[in-house]
Amino acid sequence: MRIAFPFTAIVGQDDMKLAMLIAATDPGIGGVMVFGDRGTGKSTAVRGLAALLPPIKMVKACQYHCDPRADKSSCATGCVHRLEGEIPDVGEMATPVVDFPLGATEDRVVGALDLERALTQGEKHFEPGLLARANRGFLYIDEVNLLDDHLVDLLLDVAASGENVVEREGLSVRHPARFVLIGSGNPEEGELRPQLLDRFGLSVDVKTPDELALRVEVVRRRDSFDRDSAGFAARQAEAEAAVREKIVAARGRLSEIETPDAALEWASRLCMAVGVDGLRGELTLIRAARAVAALEGDTKVEDHHLRGIAVMALRHRLRRNPLDETGSSTRIERAMSDLFGS
Amino acid sequence: MTQEAQTDSVPCAAWPEALLIATLFAMDPHGLGGISIKGRSSPFFDAWLDLLRELLPEGAPLRRCPVQTGDDRLLGGLDLATSLALGQPVVQRGLLSEVDGGVLVLPMAERLSSATAARIAAALDEGQFQLERDGLTSLLPARFGLILLDESIGPEESPPFALLERCSFRLDGNGLGLADLAGDGLSLEDIQRAKAALPSVGLEQDALVDAICEAAQAFGLPSARPALLCLRVARMVAALDGRKAASLGDVTLAAQLVLAPQALQLPPPPEEPTPDEADQQPENQDEADPAEAESEPAPPPETPPDTQAEAEAKNQPNPSEVLVDAVKSALPAELIAALGSQAKPNRQGRASGSGGGAMQKSPLRGRPIRSRSGTLKPGERLNIIETLRAAAPWQKLRRRPQAEGATGMKRIEVRKSDFRIRCFAQPKEATTILVVDASGSSAFQRLAEAKGAVELLLAQAYVDRSRVALVAFRNETAEVLLPPTRSLARARRQLSDLAGGGGTPLAAGIDTALMLALAEKAKGRTPRLLFLTDGRGNIGREGKAGRAVAMADALLAARAVGLSDIAAVHIDTSPFPRPGARELAEAMRAIYAPLPYLNAQAISAI
Repeated sequence: MRIAFPFTAIVGQDDMKLAMLIAATDPGIGGVMVFGDRGTGKSTAVRGLAALLPPIKMVKACQYHCDPRADKSSCATGCVHRLEGEIPDVGEMATPVVDFPLGATEDRVVGALDLERALTQGEKHFEPGLLARANRGFLYIDEVNLLDDHLVDLLLDVAASGENVVEREGLSVRHPARFVLIGSGNPEEGELRPQLLDRFGLSVDVKTPDELALRVEVVRRRDSFDRDSAGFAARQAEAEAAVREKIVAARGRLSEIETPDAALEWASRLCMAVGVDGLRGELTLIRAARAVAALEGDTKVEDHHLRGIAVMALRHRLRRNPLDETGSSTRIERAMSDLFGS
Repeated sequence: MTQEAQTDSVPCAAWPEALLIATLFAMDPHGLGGISIKGRSSPFFDAWLDLLRELLPEGAPLRRCPVQTGDDRLLGGLDLATSLALGQPVVQRGLLSEVDGGVLVLPMAERLSSATAARIAAALDEGQFQLERDGLTSLLPARFGLILLDESIGPEESPPFALLERCSFRLDGNGLGLADLAGDGLSLEDIQRAKAALPSVGLEQDALVDAICEAAQAFGLPSARPALLCLRVARMVAALDGRKAASLGDVTLAAQLVLAPQALQLPPPPEEPTPDEADQQPENQDEADPAEAESEPAPPPETPPDTQAEAEAKNQPNPSEVLVDAVKSALPAELIAALGSQAKPNRQGRASGSGGGAMQKSPLRGRPIRSRSGTLKPGERLNIIETLRAAAPWQKLRRRPQAEGATGMKRIEVRKSDFRIRCFAQPKEATTILVVDASGSSAFQRLAEAKGAVELLLAQAYVDRSRVALVAFRNETAEVLLPPTRSLARARRQLSDLAGGGGTPLAAGIDTALMLALAEKAKGRTPRLLFLTDGRGNIGREGKAGRAVAMADALLAARAVGLSDIAAVHIDTSPFPRPGARELAEAMRAIYAPLPYLNAQAISAI
């Protein structure tokens, strides 16, 4: 397997990296949408994240690599590990980070009848698709805005429910498909539908760094990676291990993080001030802040945690006012300093 | 006339340069991404391609990929004949993996759809791609280089930016004839030798990386890609020359080959070679450009800690300055003129080519989306995989009755009810073309309203899948400020540049809008025209002033719209509507809406 560019070696792009770490800590955050110019390292970050994530324990024989501790009934009917009384073999695997290639057909996405077995043995057998493979991991779609609408709708539906329901060709299968959706896109290729954007938990905007020094550093690191990827990865191994430990520790701490009433109020006031519809914004805000607190080793959510992620949690949920040239991010920043001082 | 201009601008060194590019590209097609070649197919290009073929390693594929290649050929899918013969699924590789280790030629690259471009770009970045189609899943290698044949004529067309940006080189084949062919390239062995030496080729000084980045930034190329490609090319040049480290000269040559043709802007004026004492004052007041700060020879007011390094830099030529000058000298004259006249890079032209090729008029063609069951009508295509899938569960049942009579051959019984027919995406997109009177007679505030209206329309655009374009007319001419787009980001950038003032070339405005509308119609979209003007033209078609002539011309132009069967709305923006405007609207067969108190919300509601 080819070596991915180490996540920790990415220069700048702190928002994007933080958003991905939050999603890795709390997969329930609802996915990350990364908007940005070409060549800003969107794909690189996702591939780097894949190499960084800690391995997961899973039931060996299960097609959906279920968690051995999970409720058996959550897996698909007919799956091996649902058999009564049997203690499943437990194995370990890397957290799946599945690429959703453009041009994938629907049968491969949701899964379909195994044609070979149906024709040669006359058996009706379900062949899982990409959604099954991404269970308990990440699903990465580059250029979301170029994906066919019906596929996007389908994906969002599954991502929200955590379950893939297949009703086709006389098959009726439901299997777990809990994954973090990571989308990337270039706004120049066209806008995303607002209802689609809203489904993503966090949204970050990546830009080419403005400072020359940073750009030089980007080119330098990339160049030395291209010339000797193994050596480069080895030099970065320590930093990678540190972040991996940070994720593992944060996951363990997550459920113990306190959320004081003051933080809830803070979130509500901000959402009201910028005019975010619905509760999803507030919930994401709190959840992401909790993940940040866990990552930073704190015990409760405080204002600075919220502040750090407010823009990425809300910027895609704002009603766009076309006559107002200021971007959503600026509006949130402004509202924050109006409400809570700078 | 462009032909002549280009002939003049092509330096005599065109062929050696093309030769060098072919040699470098043959060394590592995948690493260098690709070459974009401008111009109609010509003997020059054929000769060049033959040469490239000779330089490529033995057996390296070089394949053409037609513009309308579908996913099944591009990415691959199920090889039906073999699969049926063997009784098990067999992968049919697509073009992207067939050219692994070689070169993919994309003719008429300006017609390539952004969807196809994205697939190619993804494979190019990874050197492989995941096939997830027709019930198959397979990781296929795809390490190839691209050759884009850009046959576009006007600035509106261009290959998809996603691919263009990944190409290291640009070649201009226009105006080059067979007579220009001369000399021989390096031999295959030379290339092999250089290729073997390449991994150990370093840089003479580390500062060269800074210099490349600085030069890239100065020419408006902020992405890391051009800089990286430039660095790679510099090393290759050194390797070809048999040296162990790339020198400033190699980097300079690389910058001329890679950065110059992509330049989107000229470096800020203070970079212009001027005497040292002259540029001290204006430079400090100018914008704080990081490039400038480093290349500035005189120490700034607050003495930096590294005065020593600065003093040293003074003695030897600063690599970044050398590079910037070299790149500038490599820019064709007409490009300098074009870049100089407009401060902003003309990016919309580069990107607007995307999507042009995606449109299909026939509902039987286009992008396949899913399949439906039904009877097969003439011209429709069967989705064989899905049909087989539909038939599969019933095979046991269907075979039973005549099991004894069967010859023992295992046949798949497919009934009519199993038929699955391919559905294709039918892009039924509407394009709203806003024609805005930006003349002095239309007050500036009106212009602001029009800008607001465009943005409101755009915000809706994704939802109802329509596009918005903007034509503005002022002074003597009309121009397409915003080619049909769905992108709010791009639209905002374009709109902020629109300024008002000058005469009212109404006829030109109507003409331009109609041309654009007809072009959109030809692409299979449904254009709608929305005129925002007070209808008081004072510049005729010939560019001459005079109200009478202007109005007569405008009426003629309006009649052409009326005859074209394109829906139009005329919003009269004058405070006191006059009969002339109504007449104009009638000639266009447009809906006439006098709106003395116009606002953006109201316009978008129409």
